Amino acid sequence: MTPETADAFANHAAAYVHIPFCSAVCPYCDFAVVAGRDDLTERYVAALCAEIMGSEPWRPVQALYVGGGTPSRLDPGLLAMVLDAVERRHGIAGDAEVSLEANPEDFGPNFARTLRAIGFNRVSFGAQSFSAPVLSRLGRRHDAAQIEHAVLHARRSGFTSVSLDLIFGTPGESLDSWQHTVERTVALEPDHVSCYALTVERGTPLGRAVGNGAPAPDPDVQARAYQLADRRLGAAGYGRYETSNWARPGHECRYNLTVWAQGEYLAFGNGAHGHRGGVRFRNLRRIDAYIEAVERGETPRVGEETASGWASEIERLFVGLRRTVGVVPGSGGVALLAAPEGERLSQAGVIEVREGRLRVAKPLLGDEAMRAVLGLADPEVRENAASADTVSLDA
Amino acid sequence: MTDQARIRNFSIIAHIDHGKSTLADRLLERTGAVSQREMREQVLDTMDLERERGITIKAQSVRLAYTSPAGEELVLNLIDTPGHVDFSYEVSRSLAACEGALLLVDAAQGVQAQTLANAYLAIDAGLEVIPAVNKIDLAAADPEAAAAELAGILGGSPDDVLRLSAKTGQGVDDLLETLVKEVPAPSGDPDAPLRALVFDSYFDAYRGVVCYLRVVDGSLGSGDSLRFMATGEVHEADEIGWLTPKAVPVARLGPGEVGFLITGVKEIDRIRVGDTITHAQRPAATALPGYEEPKPMVFSGLFPTDGDDFEKLRDALEKLRLNDASLVWQPETSKALGFGFRCGFLGLLHMEIVRERLEREYDLDLVATAPSVAYRVIMPDGEETEIRSPQDLPEPNDRRGVSEPYVKAMILTPSEFVGPIMALATGRRGIVGDISYMTPERVELDFEIPLGEIVFDFFDLLKSKTRGYASLDYEPIGYRESDLVKVDILLNGQPVDAFSAIVHRDAADAYGRKMTGRLRELIPRQLFDVPIQAAIGGRIIARETVRAKRKDVTAKCYGGDITRKKKLLQRQKEGKKRMKMVGSVEVPQEAFVAALQVDEES
Repeated sequence: MTPETADAFANHAAAYVHIPFCSAVCPYCDFAVVAGRDDLTERYVAALCAEIMGSEPWRPVQALYVGGGTPSRLDPGLLAMVLDAVERRHGIAGDAEVSLEANPEDFGPNFARTLRAIGFNRVSFGAQSFSAPVLSRLGRRHDAAQIEHAVLHARRSGFTSVSLDLIFGTPGESLDSWQHTVERTVALEPDHVSCYALTVERGTPLGRAVGNGAPAPDPDVQARAYQLADRRLGAAGYGRYETSNWARPGHECRYNLTVWAQGEYLAFGNGAHGHRGGVRFRNLRRIDAYIEAVERGETPRVGEETASGWASEIERLFVGLRRTVGVVPGSGGVALLAAPEGERLSQAGVIEVREGRLRVAKPLLGDEAMRAVLGLADPEVRENAASADTVSLDA
Repeated sequence: MTDQARIRNFSIIAHIDHGKSTLADRLLERTGAVSQREMREQVLDTMDLERERGITIKAQSVRLAYTSPAGEELVLNLIDTPGHVDFSYEVSRSLAACEGALLLVDAAQGVQAQTLANAYLAIDAGLEVIPAVNKIDLAAADPEAAAAELAGILGGSPDDVLRLSAKTGQGVDDLLETLVKEVPAPSGDPDAPLRALVFDSYFDAYRGVVCYLRVVDGSLGSGDSLRFMATGEVHEADEIGWLTPKAVPVARLGPGEVGFLITGVKEIDRIRVGDTITHAQRPAATALPGYEEPKPMVFSGLFPTDGDDFEKLRDALEKLRLNDASLVWQPETSKALGFGFRCGFLGLLHMEIVRERLEREYDLDLVATAPSVAYRVIMPDGEETEIRSPQDLPEPNDRRGVSEPYVKAMILTPSEFVGPIMALATGRRGIVGDISYMTPERVELDFEIPLGEIVFDFFDLLKSKTRGYASLDYEPIGYRESDLVKVDILLNGQPVDAFSAIVHRDAADAYGRKMTGRLRELIPRQLFDVPIQAAIGGRIIARETVRAKRKDVTAKCYGGDITRKKKLLQRQKEGKKRMKMVGSVEVPQEAFVAALQVDEES
């Protein structure tokens, strides 16, 4: 993917829809999810459609991402209602990427065909691993064979893009086991692969277990696992276009590219986050609070953050530097390279400027660069402050 | 003026918490010096820190009017003494202002090293020492054992030791009568030229420096022109008077009397504790004996955590010095810690008190380097120079020798701990001298040991090895040449001055290994490998490496939740603010403190 193509996603119109339902909550998960409340699915989808229909009309979306939770837990009819609402209110572009997250165990042949028929063309499977002990430790309820079957059904049903999510660095998992997962993945020839380091989040069962002395993921092991995957996927024709994402050419996730290009995306459902008109906003996180607010005719939105000027420039770097193509340096990049922190990062080879782009050359140390970016002061404000000092000294 | 025959000047010698302040309160109450309404717990300890820690830092005095059962009207001057070894010079000056001392011992705890040291000071000063056992009301009290110990030290029979409870007042009347009977009245020459001893001073924001003094010979009148014999300064007596404890101005203080003097001097170091005051016109031929310049024994660098607080620290030190002439400092620049001050203290407690006051009263966040002592370096040309900071030690080729201060340390301990204490002391190059049994259960251990070996963690280790039962006192006994080396700690090849230490050659390897090992635990992983080395000159004696960090990246963007990720990283960034850049290495502030902390195995 060329840098220009990647940057052009800044003008894309995207939308995210959240489906919080799960059969059980995985021990590491801290998303806005709910298990054992399938009784709420219809009310929830009704609220979701009401929220979509109540949103200010925009333009046809070029990428629609239905994530969760476990969207594949919903009846296809309910998913169809959601797509229909987006189509009616904003439109869905003819060549749009319409993506859905699915658990392998949900993805039978009939389900796959139905989803394809109602308009989904991309599916992202929460495969996580091909190792039974790792899947069990991660609290997943499928096995390796089910992943393979799900991919097969997706292909047969005509999905144009199939993605697998993998998790590496689970305590106790050997590099050999991880290599096995990567090989099985490559053998399935998906179009897109995401590899995420297992992260211990506060407030999750995993977080509590680690707090009580259970082994935590070893960052050195995770680093080796990441490099192993990067080499193997690269050799198999997958390009890493973002810190955690690899794709065959043309199969990069457009919704994600929009987010990282600082583009605009609508957001619907509990705990969903959007970005539009320079404003980042989020919805009520609790499902019942969300449903009740929408049913009362109130907005489920609870927080907003407006970024303009320097803050927006910082944000452009902050999101854009996750991409392999990096960013046009701009005033933020210039400030970063001039700052002592930036100098340190350049010396350590974490960031670099090549062919007019500022890039994170060591993605495994990306947060080092991100923290430096967040600490950058607006050069104009500094100049103003300096001149103000001069005035007061004269006076 | 008060007739000398009616005066009794005395102080109370007691260990921390053995009840000196409570007894003082009781005496004030009995003699009506303080009304019930004014009675605040422990009137004499006025500084907050003193009240909290239960110790007396600044001595005070109070004049008590006492009518004996026989109807005799007497004046009792109670001269308070600071209760810690660091202030032994101040104690000696207070004692020099008295004819008697009450040796007060906790009935449950028995004699402690400091009490003993101060009791010896009192005996040496020729004072009448009256032994008393306090807290006899306590359930754990063993007055007989404590009395036996006191009798063992002072001679005489345990039966003659007074027994009292300052808390309940039991025995206090007996005590007063004994004091009047046993403590000699002063016997100064009223017609001789004036000689008055300055035994303490403090700074008052409105009046300037207030001196506490004891007239020995002659008399001192308000408005007199006075010469301070050690400093040579001449000042007028603006106001003189008694402390009851309220200041009561009087026209004249006669021989034997204790009171205060205000001259209008604003700088505390112009009035020296221990100086002799005489008349400018009719001076005494010789000063009273025993004057010494204040001499710092222990040095430590104090650095503000926030570099912007440097001026605030300077102001705070200057304010503390208004009341503490013994506190000295000079600016110091550390590559690791930035700008700060190398401060000199009388001892460890003094250092701790100053640090605590700076942090508490002046709201400063400080990093203190490991305490060290003043070394004397013999230069190639035979000149001797004093260094107070390890950085100043010349390279081996640029010096002929180094000597270090030794102290005579005295430890009082239950006999079961003699073995562990001897092991501790000899492990610190201590040379054991006398071992004397005060009673079969309590032992006095004397040894000579380099002060540098006890300034750091010796006291804490002593306490932990003896479950808090042993007590320590020490006095300087001069300098001795030692085979000392400077161990530098290098981070990424650069020496970090704050971690340098002067240690004995035999202990250098152990010190190097300990520090590099600790720092490896304390320094977070960086973008590159960080070698941590200990070196003597160019020779590396220990090495550890903090491996470069390999992964520091958020896995996922949380479904477009940019704000959350930003906040997460922002929080991590705040954490990084408490890092000091040492060269290109980020070192957490805590590392400077933690690396120097006491550990059991050392």
